[in-house]
Amino acid sequence: MKVLALDTSNQTLSVAVMSDDQVLATTTVTTTRKHGAHLLPIIKESMQIAKLKPADLDRVVVADGPGSYTGLRIGVTTAKTLADTLSIELVGVSSLGAIAANIMAENQLVAVMFDGRNDNVFAGVYRIQNGMPVSVIEDQHIPFEKLLPQIKALAEPVVVLGDLDAFKERLKTALEANLIQYPIELSLPSAVQLGRLGQRQAPVSDVTSFVPRYLRLTKAEADWQKQHPKEDSSHYVEKV
Amino acid sequence: MNVERNLILAFESSCDETSVAVIENGEKILSNIVATQIKSHQRFGGVVPEVASRHHIEQITDCIDLAMSEAAVSYEDLSAVAVTYGPGLVGALLIGVTAAKTVAYAHDLPLIPVNHMAGHIYAARYVKPIEFPALALLVSGGHTELVYLAGPGQFEIIGETRDDAAGEAYDKIGRVLGINYPAGPEVDRLAHLGQDTFHFPRAMDDSKSFDFSFSGLKSAFINTVHHADQIGETLKREDLAASFQQAVVDVLADKTMRALDAYPVKQLILAGGVAANHGLRERLDSELTAFSDVEFLKAPLKLCGDNAAMIGAAAYVSYQLKQFGDMSLNADPSLEFDWIAS
Repeated sequence: MKVLALDTSNQTLSVAVMSDDQVLATTTVTTTRKHGAHLLPIIKESMQIAKLKPADLDRVVVADGPGSYTGLRIGVTTAKTLADTLSIELVGVSSLGAIAANIMAENQLVAVMFDGRNDNVFAGVYRIQNGMPVSVIEDQHIPFEKLLPQIKALAEPVVVLGDLDAFKERLKTALEANLIQYPIELSLPSAVQLGRLGQRQAPVSDVTSFVPRYLRLTKAEADWQKQHPKEDSSHYVEKV
Repeated sequence: MNVERNLILAFESSCDETSVAVIENGEKILSNIVATQIKSHQRFGGVVPEVASRHHIEQITDCIDLAMSEAAVSYEDLSAVAVTYGPGLVGALLIGVTAAKTVAYAHDLPLIPVNHMAGHIYAARYVKPIEFPALALLVSGGHTELVYLAGPGQFEIIGETRDDAAGEAYDKIGRVLGINYPAGPEVDRLAHLGQDTFHFPRAMDDSKSFDFSFSGLKSAFINTVHHADQIGETLKREDLAASFQQAVVDVLADKTMRALDAYPVKQLILAGGVAANHGLRERLDSELTAFSDVEFLKAPLKLCGDNAAMIGAAAYVSYQLKQFGDMSLNADPSLEFDWIAS
């Protein structure tokens, strides 16, 4: 299976072109703030190096959230448009799960978190089983102080990855010897891991309705739903 | 004779409409799918950018599929892919730009970046070909400007609003009248039932520049209504609407006529969302009788709002001029035409 995998869900932009589990080309950039300008040129170059044409692809795999809303939309729009226009398969993989897949130790617990501002995190906890991350605490947007006791209650060693700057000290205090820290590069998303996971997942049945998993409503939408709890939202966009 | 058919797949997503169209030879609309989010944003009294971006990504591939199937063409038939890359909301623009680049890459097609305002002007191309030089009055929710077109692909600003766009002023005074966004059509309807009894100020009307200003008019309107509220007086909404619209139309018409004096042209083009305003269309119709050699081209009512058909028409000109973009094209939310050299 020829696969293009891409992750633009955070500061890191990662692209991989794979043939089954063989990596043909991969590029990971951590310094760009312009994913919109850089993603397609990097895809184009990676495909050329891999000597593949777009029509050769069987499947596109994308990190579909959580993450930066704009970043997610750049990746998901690219992936769903490619799948739609080439009539190929599309798979969405958790941005958190893809980072957990950097850890290979069987049965290991891995917690991954992105800074969600105001002491909130986008986070998920996984267990590595048969080389694959399996969700233990589902991906969610949650105050860090609410997540921490849940991780502690698992009462076993846990690898913590992601944006940890604001949380490191509290993790140490709460988890003590159960906290396992790894070098920073294991917190970077890798489109190779994404591609590996995406080949073991069923493709989405409906490309058209595929959207990022933001895991958070916009403030305007949340306020509206609070005031209008029974309102049906299906008619808000109409073709004219 | 077998003339080659030029087919452009065009994208527009700069604000609250997701639109994809297939255009033949820059003049024939084979399909023009428009998914509008107005009902969603009406809940909030105006466009919420993050909500708009989320709707665009829900709609984008559906609009592509519908545009292709309605036009009954396949990707091999296409000559190019075109997209609005600015001005507009950056998150909204990014959906169209990203999708257009992806289609262009997937099918090895040239990519044509289009300025949204050039698109609005070229909506008039569906009435008849544009003849140069031409002058365009562009009036929308985000822009009010006079643009000089010396030739194909040449757009130079000779005047623009210094504060609110005309459409923005309509929305703001509409709110005071209890009319939800977009308020233009309802204010226009009320205006036709009332009289200009309030004589609001005509801003910038005596100045020599071709710039507009609508914030003074908006403030005068709001102050008049608030003052009446305080003394318990009820003002006639129809007269308020008529007085407001008359002031807007006076300024737009006056500046446009002066621009026509200064820049002799073959055509005057009226375009943009507010170009659908009946008061403005009627006024310019009557004023233009003084310019017998200037042809008046009004964008079709159905194409005044944001749509991809207009982007495809503008893109056809770029195609002929070989003005192509590459895969690094990015959204430019504050893109604008250059000012004319004075």
